[in-house]
Amino acid sequence: MDNSAPVLSVENLSVCVNNPQQDPILRNVSFQLNPGEIFALVGESGSGKSVTSLAAIRLLPDALKVTQGKVLFDGADLFHSTEREMTAVRGNRVAMIFQEALTSLNPVQKVGVQIEEALLLHTQLNARARREKIIDLLSEVGLPHPETRIDWYPHQLSGGQQQRVMIAIALACEPDILIADEPTTALDVTIQKQVLNLIRTLARTRQLAVLLITHDMGVVRETAQRVGVMLRGEIIEEGNCEQIFRHPQQEYTRRLIASLPNQDNFLPSEQPDHLLTIKGLKVHFPLRKGILQRIHVWTKAVDDIDLHIGRGETLALVGESGCGKTTTGRAILRLDQITSGTISYNNQHIHKLSRRGMLPLRRRIQVIFQDPYSSMNPRMTVQRIIEEGMVSLKMDLSHEQREARVIELLERVKLEPEHRFRYPHEFSGGQRQRIAIARALAVSPELIICDEPTSALDVSTRAEVLSLLQELQNELGVSYLFITHDLSIIPQLAHRVAVMKDGKIVETGATEDVLTKPRQNYTRELLSAVPRCQE
Amino acid sequence: MLAYIIRRLLYAIPILIGVNLITFILFFVVNSPQDIARAHLGEKYVTQDAIDHWVKEKGYDNPLIYNPNAAGFSKFTDTIFFHKSLSLFTFDFGQADDGRDITTDVRTRMGPSLALAIPTFIVGIWVNICVALIIVMFRGTRLDKAAVVLFVTLMSISGLFYIIGGQYLVATLWKLVPISGYQTSLSAWKFLILPVAIGIVSGIGLGARWYRTLFLEAADQDFARTARAKGVSELAVLFRHVLPNALLPILTGVVVVIPTLFMGSLLMEAFFGIPGLGSYMLDAIRAQDFAIVRTMVFVGSVLYIIGLILTDISYTIADPRVRLN
Amino acid sequence: MDMMLKPVILWTDVLIWLLVISITLFLSQLRKNPESREQWHQVFSSRTGMVTFVIILSYIAIALIDSLHFRKALPPVPGQNTTYYSNTVNSVLDIFLGEMGETKERTYSAPFSLKSYAKENMTDESGHIYRDYPDLKYAGSHLSDNSDFSKDLLIQSLKGAGKGLFIGLLLCALLKVFTHRQDLPWSSAMVTILLVCTLLGWLLHVGNLYHVLGTDKAGNDTLYHSIKGIRTGVLIGTLATLIMMPIAITLGICAGYFKGWVDDVVQYLYTTLSSIPGILLIAAAILQFQVFIDLNPDFFEVGLEKADARFLGLCFILGITSWAGLCRLLRAETLKISQLPYVQAAHAFGVSQVGILHRHVLPNVMHIILITFVLDFSGLVLAEAVLSYIGVGVDSTMPSWGNMINLARTEMSREPVVWWNLIGAFAFMFTLVLAANLFSDLVNDAFNPKKRQERGA
Repeated sequence: MDNSAPVLSVENLSVCVNNPQQDPILRNVSFQLNPGEIFALVGESGSGKSVTSLAAIRLLPDALKVTQGKVLFDGADLFHSTEREMTAVRGNRVAMIFQEALTSLNPVQKVGVQIEEALLLHTQLNARARREKIIDLLSEVGLPHPETRIDWYPHQLSGGQQQRVMIAIALACEPDILIADEPTTALDVTIQKQVLNLIRTLARTRQLAVLLITHDMGVVRETAQRVGVMLRGEIIEEGNCEQIFRHPQQEYTRRLIASLPNQDNFLPSEQPDHLLTIKGLKVHFPLRKGILQRIHVWTKAVDDIDLHIGRGETLALVGESGCGKTTTGRAILRLDQITSGTISYNNQHIHKLSRRGMLPLRRRIQVIFQDPYSSMNPRMTVQRIIEEGMVSLKMDLSHEQREARVIELLERVKLEPEHRFRYPHEFSGGQRQRIAIARALAVSPELIICDEPTSALDVSTRAEVLSLLQELQNELGVSYLFITHDLSIIPQLAHRVAVMKDGKIVETGATEDVLTKPRQNYTRELLSAVPRCQE
Repeated sequence: MLAYIIRRLLYAIPILIGVNLITFILFFVVNSPQDIARAHLGEKYVTQDAIDHWVKEKGYDNPLIYNPNAAGFSKFTDTIFFHKSLSLFTFDFGQADDGRDITTDVRTRMGPSLALAIPTFIVGIWVNICVALIIVMFRGTRLDKAAVVLFVTLMSISGLFYIIGGQYLVATLWKLVPISGYQTSLSAWKFLILPVAIGIVSGIGLGARWYRTLFLEAADQDFARTARAKGVSELAVLFRHVLPNALLPILTGVVVVIPTLFMGSLLMEAFFGIPGLGSYMLDAIRAQDFAIVRTMVFVGSVLYIIGLILTDISYTIADPRVRLN
Repeated sequence: MDMMLKPVILWTDVLIWLLVISITLFLSQLRKNPESREQWHQVFSSRTGMVTFVIILSYIAIALIDSLHFRKALPPVPGQNTTYYSNTVNSVLDIFLGEMGETKERTYSAPFSLKSYAKENMTDESGHIYRDYPDLKYAGSHLSDNSDFSKDLLIQSLKGAGKGLFIGLLLCALLKVFTHRQDLPWSSAMVTILLVCTLLGWLLHVGNLYHVLGTDKAGNDTLYHSIKGIRTGVLIGTLATLIMMPIAITLGICAGYFKGWVDDVVQYLYTTLSSIPGILLIAAAILQFQVFIDLNPDFFEVGLEKADARFLGLCFILGITSWAGLCRLLRAETLKISQLPYVQAAHAFGVSQVGILHRHVLPNVMHIILITFVLDFSGLVLAEAVLSYIGVGVDSTMPSWGNMINLARTEMSREPVVWWNLIGAFAFMFTLVLAANLFSDLVNDAFNPKKRQERGA
């Protein structure tokens, strides 16, 4: 095939909801895919990037329909093909991988069978050749021990391995085009890097045309050659990756790039007095087994860690999923039972306090959770949500005083006073996270445990919430324990960093030291996996 | 696996004791055996002698749980609780009020019950799944909508109407099969075919509607989309990916019922004169024969617990994600 | 001076009125939250929702006016000071139904028939004995000549329907005045109201002159019994759930929230109860309860109170048997909710356990309770019929569809068939159950988060 001619071109694609009153979801989207090249469609949630990819291979859900446009593939318009012709294209010439590998694989079929299905449909190979081919594919995508893993079920594999299996399914029939819909969003950074590398290599060696859909400018920068920026159903800017990052034409694109945290300026680390000190903290969960359900083994979620947080300081606790960072936060809040170790706050031991004894400290230590959608009771108004802590912690305020304080707090987090009469579902993710901050601030705490408060947010709102947190710190002198998996936001945010792995702290120190001169291999690995925008 | 089954069996013991306790309270504490005797023998014009005789004859003349007159250990064994309730654990069911041996009755009546229940059950599930699959193939169309309305209508009709209407139409009006009765030989089929058919038809509304929701849920899952992206045709997606996944929740509802098939169907057997356990229970209820009712409560509970264990086991076989523990 | 009427307060009357009041309060509470207002709006924005709701409401209205019982004072005997009251208990509904309940024929008669269904020996004017179908005592007794029948029926039908239509129009006008939201299909509601009112007006008017649905073996009017059966059906569908709810909610939520031994105990309880075959448990309990009632006749003043006690017992035991399902659902949901960040946040704010259960858990499982309530309703109405057929349902003196079917079960094999008793009971039951099923589907669609997600996708 000629390298310069596009394999697939989408022209003037428009999609709308079956209900005609609503605005169209896609408006005149056009782009081309070239062999051996990765084209990234980037945009925030709801911008229509996934719909574009599904519409291109005619897999739109029933509620949506294409109103105009063409998808030219092999000189033919796919919108004029019969369903039977489409099944010959899908999987065979155009393959697709999705965000959630676990749910995208059939849970009751072995992975080998799921790859074989594609081969059965589109090739003439016999049973033995098929099995060999599957093993080849699995080793090509980097799955260890493919001869045995071929007979495993999806749930027995790790998240990264599942995504590799998805890629193997997609590659099985040697397609011309690979559509990857947020393939790494659900993965840890180190795995993300491996999967992206794999896609890059495959594009080069197999002359694949890749349509990469993502919300992450960092991923785009690392992976794609060309990029299209989507906003509200339109591609507002398209071009060479270098060019777009250097000279973005649109305001929105500039904002997207600017919202990527600056990773070269570090907050200086000071040595203030310790507010919270953790010594030898262990949190173990029992696993029971057998006829009498005796405790069989202990899961060591947090295994002997030492930490301290100073007054007005931010300590970032970083690590990949399952490393025990969230459990650490919950242990400090006394939401999980502590197995051993000491936690002291202002030189007072708090790990042995009763529920009642803990009450005075609940005013000092507060929390902000990751998921802005489930962290507020949907049946309560914002006013009641924010004042709940003031009431239960007996701050002795009259109704009017509480109301005045709620208004003050809402203004503090840049919301309107009228918002106090509304219910949580009437707000966007970023706004809810502001309400959660206001709720934590309501009892004037000295330490706030922020458990991945921005990871569910779009990049632009993420930056706003982070700067709000910093502003509050400068103003109120509050300390943060900032739990996150995202190293890119740390330089601007944290004074000190602690890196956690398998329940243990592997490295801790001033942010600049840890990020620029890491001492441990694991830290280095984490750092190298972070997609970077600046060279 | 074995440890799990043993644990479940051990767990069944307190449940059965609980069941026994409930029935004991229900049958002997709410009304004393004297009261029951009076109710049985006609309320007002009954002498104390006749009551005493009835109570003695049925073996209800011991104290309920503690016998202060007996010696030693029989303070506890010479009681109604010991004789009438705990003896059920040894599958010693005693005698019915008319003097017949309950164990023999249960054994002989199990056959006709199963002859009716098993075909209804198997064909019923099969029909429901097929109907639901066909409807799911046409999902989003008018046919689908019409079918859902039809299902709701079918399930809003009383089960009694199906039986009475079906019996009138097929047996009385068209005279295709006998109205009721039973034979123990192979020719029993002509007595069974109508109740089986009615049993299936009356279950379609509820069954097919439930299965349809399960299939639709599975068809909207990510793995179905993956299959479509592989180039699998819609029909093959339905059979190879949707069906096996939707069968898992169906299993929970279905397997637990299997052991209780032994209990038969009260209504069907009564209307069609089939001498199974269902009509046995109905007769006992109408004759207020508490010995039989008590036995059947116990048997039913045992079967239900077996059903629960079977469900768990079948789950581990069907779903690779589930490991017992 | 004594009163003309002596109110009779049955336990079930009290409960059903309490239930109506609490449901009204509950709904007005729900309306405050915009999310649940949105959900109710979704239920009523469909025509089916409106139509079925009006139908269910008319059934409930009939059941409610049938739940105001009284005894009439007997005509005073001269020289007697105290007033005696009739032993038959009437309800407000009986006033509306007029004489329908008292027009007792000798035996079967077909719908709208003027003649009995069975031949009898009769004497003609000349004293000869002959066998023929005798005229009915009440049906068409206002006619001077039986040949006027069709003309009279037409005129009376128009009269009755006209009355009903008039009342229907009044109701619609009221509805128009009190409704503000324009985006709901009020027209469907009004059409249904008009239809129901016209039908009721016609039935009441014509039903007092003829036996619209014939008579049963004992000569009772079938239509009257079918209408009186409404109270039993509606009450069993609601009270059985109501009685079990406090236990199911308390135990389910506590098991899911406190876990540990509380959970073990609750799980043991519901596994034990659900392992007993439901129908046997009901049968045994009802039979025992009946023995108790029979042996203690002094507790009850009139026969209806005995029947009412048994009815309450039936609701209770039905509640017990269906209790496990709701309990299990609530336990699972509470387990999920207590892990959610907003409950964790409440812990972090030091909110008390009771406060968390009351403010955070209970309001967020309400949709399950609501869905169970509407879903169970139709099943319970159907169950009543089956139980009465088996002989462990409501008391045989209580008017109910199950008792009607039970009495009529051999009629289909008569030659020629007597179909109207069965059809009457089945038709009234089917309408209620169908409406309830369609309505509960809509409620489920609107309130079940799982379904809402599907729609959103």
